[in-house]
Amino acid sequence: MIDVLLQPFQFEFFRNGTLAAIMVGGLCGLIGVYIVLRGMSYIGHGLSHAIFGGAVVSYVMAWNFYLGAGIWGFIAAVLINQTVRRTKINADAAIGVITTASFAIGIALISRYRSFTRSFDAALFGNILGVTVQDVLVIAGVTLLVSLIIFFCYKQLLFTAFDSTVAEVYGVPTAWVETLFALILAAALIVSMQILGVTLIAAAIVIPAITARLLTDSFNRLILLSTALGAATGFFGMCISFYADVASGATIVLLQAALFCVALAFSSLQHRAGRRLAHTHV
Amino acid sequence: MQSIVELHQVSFSYNGAPVLEDVSLHFHPGQFAALVGPSGAGKTTLLKLILGTLTPIQGQVQITSRAQNGTKAPRIGYVPQLETVDWNFPVTVEQVVWMGRVKRAGPWPWPSADDRRRIATVLEQLEIADLARQHIRNLSGGQQQRVFLARALIAEPDLLVLDEPTTGVDMRTAENVLHLLGELNRQGMTILMTTHDLNAAAAHVPWVVCLNRHVIAQGPPEEIFTEPILNATYEGDMLVIHQDGMIFVQQRPHGHGYRDLLPEPVLGGIPRHDEISRSK
Repeated sequence: MIDVLLQPFQFEFFRNGTLAAIMVGGLCGLIGVYIVLRGMSYIGHGLSHAIFGGAVVSYVMAWNFYLGAGIWGFIAAVLINQTVRRTKINADAAIGVITTASFAIGIALISRYRSFTRSFDAALFGNILGVTVQDVLVIAGVTLLVSLIIFFCYKQLLFTAFDSTVAEVYGVPTAWVETLFALILAAALIVSMQILGVTLIAAAIVIPAITARLLTDSFNRLILLSTALGAATGFFGMCISFYADVASGATIVLLQAALFCVALAFSSLQHRAGRRLAHTHV
Repeated sequence: MQSIVELHQVSFSYNGAPVLEDVSLHFHPGQFAALVGPSGAGKTTLLKLILGTLTPIQGQVQITSRAQNGTKAPRIGYVPQLETVDWNFPVTVEQVVWMGRVKRAGPWPWPSADDRRRIATVLEQLEIADLARQHIRNLSGGQQQRVFLARALIAEPDLLVLDEPTTGVDMRTAENVLHLLGELNRQGMTILMTTHDLNAAAAHVPWVVCLNRHVIAQGPPEEIFTEPILNATYEGDMLVIHQDGMIFVQQRPHGHGYRDLLPEPVLGGIPRHDEISRSK
């Protein structure tokens, strides 16, 4: 029995993929808390599409993928923030315009340079087989960096998420905090793209956080629980995907969705789901 | 005396629609003042200009630190309207109060021993120490107001700014909140608040500014709460009654025709008003 369970770990691609899935799951779960609490669930979906455009441009221009897609995603996130801050356009509309235009650039370039077709599928739907040791190291670096930023900017991020306007009065540089958050979100999305694919990243960001929100009223526990849920579903999703022979990204997200249903049922029994969901803006 | 807040010919508009025009005001250290006026008069906008979250399109807003003689930015404690607070956000009373220390807290994501001591002291001062671990949603209106007051006070502000602290709470809570503000003012705190509750302002606040896009009048309530001034401020027919040393303000009702449609009131054994008058 143990031999059967350990069987997939004999393969290097699976070990790399599982390590990457655990880190990406935890990372998305961690960032997802701030996204869900600020009612920005749509930004993960939009920004991953924007980054896809950046990834295609990087490929065409022969730039480093992480650098090109990172800069592109960061610019898209800052553009969204600035559009919302400086104009009368709502966040959802700004996300819709900027990220879809960026995605369209990617599609346009793919249709122009047909040779990109293979990587196009990988970026859209995830490709766990393609995770190299270098990818694992990059993911580990980004995970560590994001964790450190969230650790040391905990108070500023908490206050900005709770009430951005009042936080500014109390001396929090909210514009900088939001820019920094846009940067770490873009970084997290880029390293997640290869594991989960553009189409599933948003779910991996939102579902662990919203599931954890159903189970706790404490901000600290919410952060820990959401991160743990993301990491655990990354690990078990990989294992299930190996035995069921199903795409890993889809398996991870389906597992998260199943846990959300269990948490919702549990929470409904306690008559608390309604009040907490009212905040999460799903 | 040097002003702590000074507005010089300040104007502001939203998308071209003027909200404040040529407003000049100053408040000195230790002053307790209320901004009153109808909805849309520019009260909250004026507060936001003072807080620095809005910039005037014309004129100047100057805030001077009492302690630093203007060499350092003054600390402002701000208590927002309760309606604007997200009560489902997963934070405890202690965490909300800790936010007030955000500029001076250490680098760690938890309160230092000094922070904890200060949090305990301010919660004790506002008589909500036993609520420190409670989720903010589980509090009464008065307790909620005290939590945000505690967050403002822990910042050790030069100026305390409150946006409608008596809105959304019952009369007794409003009375308690204003009594508490009066106590803080007696201890030397400069307080500036907006309110729709003219009667509470008349009873508790020593200086009132009537605002409706521009300053109509300002001064002690007994001099400011007159029918001509309030009619000009509220653009309505205001009734001012002086009784037992108190001032009561009421907008004159348009009519009482609806009373013919009402059933007899249920008084629970308590005598009717006219019966009490006859027995006297």
